[in-house]
Amino acid sequence: MIPAAFDYLRAGSADEALSLLAEHGDDAKLLAGGHSLLPLMKLRLASPAVLIDVGRLTDLSYIRDGGDHVAIGALTRHRDLERSALLGSEVPILAHVAGLVGDPQVRHRGTIGGSLAHADPASDLPAVVLALGGTLVARGPGGEREIPARQFFCGFLESALHADEMLTEIRVPKMSGGGWSYQKFNRRAIDWAIVGVAAVHDRALGTGIALVNMGPTPLRATAVEEALAAGAPAAEAASAADDATEPPSDLNAGPEYRRHLARVLVRRALDEAGVSVAAG
Amino acid sequence: MEISVSVNGATATHDVDPRLLLVFYLRDVLGLTGTKVGCDTTSCGACTVLLDGESVKSCTVLAVQADGGAITTIEGLAIDGRLHPVQQAFHDQHGLQCGYCTAGMVMAAVSLIDQERDLTEATVREGLEGNLCRCTGYHNIVRAVLAVLGGSRRPCRGDTPRPPGAGR
Repeated sequence: MIPAAFDYLRAGSADEALSLLAEHGDDAKLLAGGHSLLPLMKLRLASPAVLIDVGRLTDLSYIRDGGDHVAIGALTRHRDLERSALLGSEVPILAHVAGLVGDPQVRHRGTIGGSLAHADPASDLPAVVLALGGTLVARGPGGEREIPARQFFCGFLESALHADEMLTEIRVPKMSGGGWSYQKFNRRAIDWAIVGVAAVHDRALGTGIALVNMGPTPLRATAVEEALAAGAPAAEAASAADDATEPPSDLNAGPEYRRHLARVLVRRALDEAGVSVAAG
Repeated sequence: MEISVSVNGATATHDVDPRLLLVFYLRDVLGLTGTKVGCDTTSCGACTVLLDGESVKSCTVLAVQADGGAITTIEGLAIDGRLHPVQQAFHDQHGLQCGYCTAGMVMAAVSLIDQERDLTEATVREGLEGNLCRCTGYHNIVRAVLAVLGGSRRPCRGDTPRPPGAGR
């Protein structure tokens, strides 16, 4: 399969990428690792007139200690997240889940910024950043702005980024040694999750639960979090996992099956994250 | 757009359409047909090559993205007719059936062995999760990768250890 023709522009810096975005607007898409965008282009589900390749901006590939958080450059590859000792000790759920994205070849190319900006509700990393309560940093013509993860995912494959903005950094708060779990239910190793659950239960961060592939965007399981805050036992709280969700129907599963999976996987996630015991 | 890449150690320079995929650059422009197109959807791994030493699926990389990079294909592994240890192990352990996935499987295995020193059967299976064998011939493929590790923890190019149990 061959993508539709496009003009290829290579940005030598983030500023150059922004000025190219300003010039081409809605006709342009940023290309990082390309492992979300190129498959869509090959299927002609996306046909941008202009591709702005930011894949060589190595100054946006980093994992840094930011004090109370870890700052991750948008062009950091899944492979680098997976192997990061800093993430492994401070935000272990993110390092672990980065190692579950696709397969080794995909992780050698795909980037965290590309994955988040693509805003696929079936992807792993958006739900993890959402459960952690991360912050996304976007750079545009007017400078930088910070977007809480909860406000970043607006619709199916739609993020809060403006057409002239570029995601440059992801900040995830450090955990304080608390429990966490990622439940990925799929049929084959390399598939997207039919349903997934990211859970963190930590003294510093509180309890955050996010759902993969249970609606047009990654979702916080607010009903479960509220039930837990009100003192409900974990098993009872988990039964609210599919509240306010709109699970899709596809080849793998219908909505009812996904609702069932969400309840079961949230219960397993709470159990693994140690929610029945005291936080931290 | 003009690109210049190192392919199996030789520099290649061509003017390519930006939408040309790396796999078609290798096969159709350079004539290196050892790299196969399988699913063409980033699933099967038949098109796996090394880009700057790491396995990638060349059906999901634009040739222009590889500009300036170093690519190794299955044709670049053997030196002076001597098989690479991973190729030799696939031969010795009969790590193939129809052979269509083999080039990609070997390239994925070379990358895996280069990155991970302490592989077990389970981690070899996980490490090859991006490569599908439609004949379901996984047992001998995994055995071949483990045989390489048994013969030499970090195989050198051109070194061809006889793995234990070889020559059956």
